[in-house]
Amino acid sequence: MSLMKKMLGAAATLALSTGAMLAEPAIIFDLGGKFDKSFNEAAFGGATRWAEETGNTFREIELQSEAQREQALRRFAEGGSNPIVMTGFAFADALTEVADDYPDTSFVLIDMVVDKPNVRSVVFNEHEGSYLVGMMAAKASESGTVGFIGGMDIPLIRKFACGYVQGVKAANPDAKVIQNMTGTTPAAWNDPVKGSELTKAQISQGADVVYAAAGGTGVGVLQTAADENILSIGVDSNQNHLHPGKVLTSMVKRVDNAVYAAFTEGPGLEKGFQVMGLNNDGVGYAVDDNNATLVTADMTAAVEEAKAKIVSGEITVHDYMSDNSCPVN
Amino acid sequence: MDIFITILQILDSTLRLATPLLLACLAGLFSERAGIFDIGLEGKMLAAAFMSAAIAFVTGSAWIGLAAGIGASLVFSLIHGLASITFRGNQLISGVALNMLALGLTVLIAQGWFSQAGRTPTLIGDARFTSLTLPFAETLSVIPILGPIYKELISGHSILVYIAFLMVPVTWWVLYRTRFGLRLRAVGENPAAVDTAGISVIWLRYAAVMICGVLCGIAGTYLSTSIQAGFTDNMTANRGYIALAALIFAKWRPWYALGACLLFGFFFAIDNRFQNISLYAWLAIALLILIAALLFFAARKSRLDMFVLGTLGTISAAIAILIWTTNGLAGSVVIPGQLMQSLPYVLTVVILAGFVGKATPPKAGGEPYIKER
Repeated sequence: MSLMKKMLGAAATLALSTGAMLAEPAIIFDLGGKFDKSFNEAAFGGATRWAEETGNTFREIELQSEAQREQALRRFAEGGSNPIVMTGFAFADALTEVADDYPDTSFVLIDMVVDKPNVRSVVFNEHEGSYLVGMMAAKASESGTVGFIGGMDIPLIRKFACGYVQGVKAANPDAKVIQNMTGTTPAAWNDPVKGSELTKAQISQGADVVYAAAGGTGVGVLQTAADENILSIGVDSNQNHLHPGKVLTSMVKRVDNAVYAAFTEGPGLEKGFQVMGLNNDGVGYAVDDNNATLVTADMTAAVEEAKAKIVSGEITVHDYMSDNSCPVN
Repeated sequence: MDIFITILQILDSTLRLATPLLLACLAGLFSERAGIFDIGLEGKMLAAAFMSAAIAFVTGSAWIGLAAGIGASLVFSLIHGLASITFRGNQLISGVALNMLALGLTVLIAQGWFSQAGRTPTLIGDARFTSLTLPFAETLSVIPILGPIYKELISGHSILVYIAFLMVPVTWWVLYRTRFGLRLRAVGENPAAVDTAGISVIWLRYAAVMICGVLCGIAGTYLSTSIQAGFTDNMTANRGYIALAALIFAKWRPWYALGACLLFGFFFAIDNRFQNISLYAWLAIALLILIAALLFFAARKSRLDMFVLGTLGTISAAIAILIWTTNGLAGSVVIPGQLMQSLPYVLTVVILAGFVGKATPPKAGGEPYIKER
């Protein structure tokens, strides 16, 4: 009898601890790595903020290869993590495979849409944020030529480029935008040497503000811009601190807010399609001590006005991904 | 004048892009001339890139960083030498293993050391090799044509670039004008003869592999402390393999190696500068027909070449006709970026298949030397 009690007690403890495990959310970082000073780092920031505020813990993994995507997803789902957040469009295929097998687990996919009943897809209106930094670039440029350097040539990056060009043209219709993509394979996210060379090529064509939407490659772009004494624009996270006084601003994607919201709402989070734009502070431009001297009052006024108009619907920024084409270039 | 400046800038970029290729190519040249094939150029460069950036960051001196980079590369060279000379293992397998080791180890150590996603912190000040301005660059720049060439093209590079280009005549002199060079070449062609003359094959091959390590070390250091300000994951981006291709293209000769690396650098520079080049249709057609003609010329050399190059030639001729029929002669055509990006590789295939002729590697290359008893 006593033995029975003990066993029951042990079983109960086990059940309780499993219950505690169940509540633990998980986050999977994409190949760029947790400290990429950009996208993944923002996601990590959101998760950490949640952990500090609630005192809870979360599970995490940094992927090292493509093959690990599905494996990591299944490991977390089977281990009882809920919700599971994935950072990056590249998870779409793996998640489509896995989501149906774990109907009670909530998945949150950032930057891509997967249409499953237990998935929340969070997308950002990067074109709106890029439009604003484009306006700032055009106003900061003295040569009338600005540059854009993308990472891998995919529609998402074209969306950045298209919004940026529209912003530049809105502030200065005569401005010229030089656009480059680093490559067509995932290696394009991690080639700072090529990023540097592209920046130098753009500078020699007259560009004096360069916007990098290129992950790790962007580190090289910002570095060369600082070396050559021109301005650059960071992306995803606030990158102003990397080269104080040389980074005009950063187009921030509040990935941290998306992760924080998902973790806070817990396993019962609302599924479906969620758009983070200017209206709900999902995207924006960063101003802090490092770039305060670069951003003029005239710039701020123009950008804030455009922002209000975009939120009210008076200005529509064309989204490249809606029809895979850009009206201006 | 604008065109002149543009050409200068492209050539300037060519020098920067060719430098790591050239150093790695000469490194491979020493090693392979002594009969040790080295697939591990990439891994050595990567190890050196990491170590130099890490040590330069810690000490604040680029020169100590350079020494550390060369040191790391030498350690890899020694492992390669131990595996393939002393233990007579397969040289290709040892090289591939070292590449994998470098890829994983650099990121692992960087993560444990600096906790920045397998990166080193950004290098500032003296921790980097900054560009040198050669004497009189400003004063001479007023001279037409030669002035700008001196100022833009020759001046304003990091010291490692000048070292790299200086290594070409040095390599030539060592290989063809010294006793050591003669023996080194002999050991790659006929090690038994060298052994008969009473000279140690083992020692010569180790020496070659160590020289290879030093040069790869400089190449890696150039990547992380000169053009970049810090190490990032897999930052060599296959430059070691391109250097190997350049080595074969150059038929294992130093001056040809310079030409090959400059050509590759030039292709990459063009790709960076003109990603979306827009040409007049007639110009595009003329170029394509020229390519097709060259290909057919090359095709006469052998059956296999004829097959490969003939297909490429037919495709380019077909594209030419397509452009003509769709745009007319006056319209302009935008050459897609993907085509420009693949250009260096396509041209490599064409040149290797068509124009190099027979590339003969050192006779004893890849064979471990076993003393007859």
